[in-house]
Amino acid sequence: MIDVYTIILVGVATLVGALCVVLGLVGRKPADLTILSVALVEVLLLVQVVIALIAPAVGNPPTGNLGEFWVYLVSACLMPPAAIVWALTDRTRWSTVVLGVGALAIAVMAYRMNQIWNVQLA
Amino acid sequence: MSTPRPARPRLHGPARILVAVYAVLAVAATGRSAFQIVDRFDEAPIAFSLSAAAAVVYIVATLALALRWDRVAWITIGFELIGVLVIGTLSLVAPAVLGLPDGEFIARVLGPEGAAFGRAGTVWAIYGLGYLLVPLALPIIGLLYLRHRRRAARV
Repeated sequence: MIDVYTIILVGVATLVGALCVVLGLVGRKPADLTILSVALVEVLLLVQVVIALIAPAVGNPPTGNLGEFWVYLVSACLMPPAAIVWALTDRTRWSTVVLGVGALAIAVMAYRMNQIWNVQLA
Repeated sequence: MSTPRPARPRLHGPARILVAVYAVLAVAATGRSAFQIVDRFDEAPIAFSLSAAAAVVYIVATLALALRWDRVAWITIGFELIGVLVIGTLSLVAPAVLGLPDGEFIARVLGPEGAAFGRAGTVWAIYGLGYLLVPLALPIIGLLYLRHRRRAARV
């Protein structure tokens, strides 16, 4: 993982999460803004997958356990689509909040993944 | 005279958030414990086995909340609360029992090899500190929600 990209991923995911939670609590149903913002987080995660595939080959191997890292990353990639499906089938303010919860979970997981890659020892 | 209840009433709004957070925790706990068992079970077999049991219970709790299996929900969420309190306390005062590293307090709790964030970190270690204390808060909220639902049903 690249530290700069982690900051971007964690930052965007946190912002999207906070946005969706707030919009949900004030009563907004899932809409373009909320759903697409979570889709953006998924795109950033997919870019992270590419980075993680390439990084060890260009001199940035993980210090921590690679398997554990991928378990986190794969789990993370499954969450935004699940949240979006939830929001599309159940169009209430609460599913907007659920979108936010999913995005915030991604933020935490991205932080943990960076720890595994750059800090922890395998 | 009571009106007939629908076969599967829709889940109350805020309860859906509870289900969502439980689902996230279930996925996180299952992924991590499955990997730990496959990769390094012998390092902390007791802690990792408990972690796997916790993950299964989280999955069942998520389903129970979503599908309104009230009795199963009470049992699983209650089990989790007891689990996080007991294992959390043990991980602080008697870590060797769980196969967690012993020694200087801050290092063995918060350090890179420690109980909360390290290689042997599990969902319930240090009251779920490695998961932002969500494993501690969630069953409390869950039980309060179940109690609220049970009282509302008696009206």
